[in-house]
Amino acid sequence: MTGLSIENLSMRFDLPDGGHVQALKDVSLHLKEGELLSVLGPSGCGKTTLLNIVAGFLAPTEGQIVMNGHTVQGPDAERGMVFQQGALFEWMSVRENVGFGPSMKGMPKLDKAEIVDHLLDIVGLQDFKEKAVYELSGGMQQRVSLARCLANDPDVILMDEPLGALDALTREKMQSLVLKLWKETGKTIILITHSVEEALLLGERLIVMAPRPGRIHKEYQLPFADMGVGQDLRDVKKHPEFAERREEILGMIWDMEEEIMGRTEAAQ
Amino acid sequence: MIPFLLYAGIFIGAFYIVRFIHHRTAIQDYTSLKTVTFGDESAVRSNRTASIISIVTIFFMWGTFTGSVLLPSFLHMPGPYVGDGQFEITVQAPDGTTDDATVFWRVSDTEDGVAPDAPEGDGAALNDSVLIRKYRSGQLRWDKNDATSRKDGALIVAINGQPVKFDHNRRDANDNIIDTKPEVQVENGTVTFTDKGALSISPSKGMQMEPIWLPPPEAVWYRFIEIASDGYQGSTLLEHLGYSLFRVIVGFFFGALVGIPLGYAMGLSDWFRGWFDPIVEFMRPVPPLALIPLVIIWAGIGEVGKIILLFLAALWIMAIAARSGVSGVSISKVHAAYSLGANKPQIMRHVIIPNSLPEIFTGARVAMGVCWGTVVAAELVAASQGTGMMIMVASKFQLTDIVIMGIILIGIIGFGIDMLMRWAERVLVPWKGKG
Repeated sequence: MTGLSIENLSMRFDLPDGGHVQALKDVSLHLKEGELLSVLGPSGCGKTTLLNIVAGFLAPTEGQIVMNGHTVQGPDAERGMVFQQGALFEWMSVRENVGFGPSMKGMPKLDKAEIVDHLLDIVGLQDFKEKAVYELSGGMQQRVSLARCLANDPDVILMDEPLGALDALTREKMQSLVLKLWKETGKTIILITHSVEEALLLGERLIVMAPRPGRIHKEYQLPFADMGVGQDLRDVKKHPEFAERREEILGMIWDMEEEIMGRTEAAQ
Repeated sequence: MIPFLLYAGIFIGAFYIVRFIHHRTAIQDYTSLKTVTFGDESAVRSNRTASIISIVTIFFMWGTFTGSVLLPSFLHMPGPYVGDGQFEITVQAPDGTTDDATVFWRVSDTEDGVAPDAPEGDGAALNDSVLIRKYRSGQLRWDKNDATSRKDGALIVAINGQPVKFDHNRRDANDNIIDTKPEVQVENGTVTFTDKGALSISPSKGMQMEPIWLPPPEAVWYRFIEIASDGYQGSTLLEHLGYSLFRVIVGFFFGALVGIPLGYAMGLSDWFRGWFDPIVEFMRPVPPLALIPLVIIWAGIGEVGKIILLFLAALWIMAIAARSGVSGVSISKVHAAYSLGANKPQIMRHVIIPNSLPEIFTGARVAMGVCWGTVVAAELVAASQGTGMMIMVASKFQLTDIVIMGIILIGIIGFGIDMLMRWAERVLVPWKGKG
């Protein structure tokens, strides 16, 4: 079976004070190849835990991740990851950062240079090739992160709030770029975000997670990602269904937050 | 007190003068337009003019209180009195009769002066003359040529007509003198008595420092030239400095050679961390100077002992720097490297080591500073060459100029080492603080 399967995933760990946390409970999901899934949820719903398990940084207490027919045991180049910020290697130039994955595989220099050049063209950083990454703006740094991840040609790209630290305008441009890259490369992408708009715009499929224990609350199939390819994202946002979905999901998350607050107050 | 007031005066005076001039010539850059400067650290830039005046002031103070030839003499503080003087004493013979005599005194600048010629005078008390060296006081047995001496009961009852009452023969049961010694101001000096009733003449010393306490700047410079060419205590100046630097570099090298891998191991393995943490955390606050006695007992006062001491001084600092360099790597960088397909050695080589370099450089700067301080101290204790030994031996012979020269050289070299390390840091780890 191709694609990525998340099978009956549970994550429960002990706390030093004797209690325990049920971060995830019985989460199952199947992603087809080339699918773009966005994950939304209030803080503490286990979305980052889920992503870390898929990436192989954490081992689940129950269940498994099956990718292309084998069980995930640890991090691997087939599952690339884009972090929010600060994951670039500041001792390397832009070119060296993008070429990191191919270098680790021992790819010949010429092939590597070709890949790096191609990707820098796509993300529009050809002129900044020899610059140090700390000389770039936040948006440019995230473009380097995307290029670095793509240079390794992973099957799945995991994005942990990659645009969370960017300003609104840069963020919008980056959202278009993500959609463009998704269409051009046909990669399977899991995107975690705090922003409902972003989740709607970029998710071909969207899951809303609920906290305590972390679980899938609701799932949507959305047309906006396909619309957004080659179209101004602001026009997509004007779509009446977009506004309707946004209100619905915002309300859902609002209720969840209220419930958490209420529970905390009751506990006190 | 006077030097301090003078210094404070120059500090305040220069401030107002510079501010007055600056107001007329100020350039309007961004920082100068800030209205809130009190509390805004970025608005406080070191004032170059103040730094220059500060250094000039130090040399000025040094020169003016030592009578340096570098300064015109009107800028000197009053020096010790050199020249002739005289005063009258009134001697009372045991029979109650009195007679006046004149004391001639001369303060000479050099070793070979002669006492002033004095007319013999007349009466029971004859005139006296005495030679005093600059900065010293002179004693005068005023009765040596008189008709009646102190033994007979002759007394001085007035100096320059000012009555004094001092009889060294009046003692209490414990043989202490009952009378308090009078101090009479005469022109350019003070006159008092010794315990045996002789006169003690102290010419005024002025406000300059004696060269054995603080030599003038040019004396230090000449001494520097002399020692640079002739050497001191069997080694040239370069050899002394070279020995100290050699010890620091070798000790630091071995300290880093052991400390950095140890720090990495502590940052990467819980067993290593647990095993070495108590040792490192205990040894770190022990000042290396406290180890000198033990190192001397174990390894003697030769090169080995010194290098062991500096090795120990650098070791813990480097281990802690390397450890925190490893701990400081952000987990997302390591995760990113793993998910880009790097294996453990590659992560070590391409992520952990480069990420820890800024910390290691900071540690190296601290360690070099500590080593430099420690080597000088170790040489003060025992050594046959080295900068510390040079100033220690010089101080035993009260060669203050060599001591000051040594201190200045130690400062310059310590500063130079720090500058060198900063430069290396800028060139080799330009990403420091940019993560």
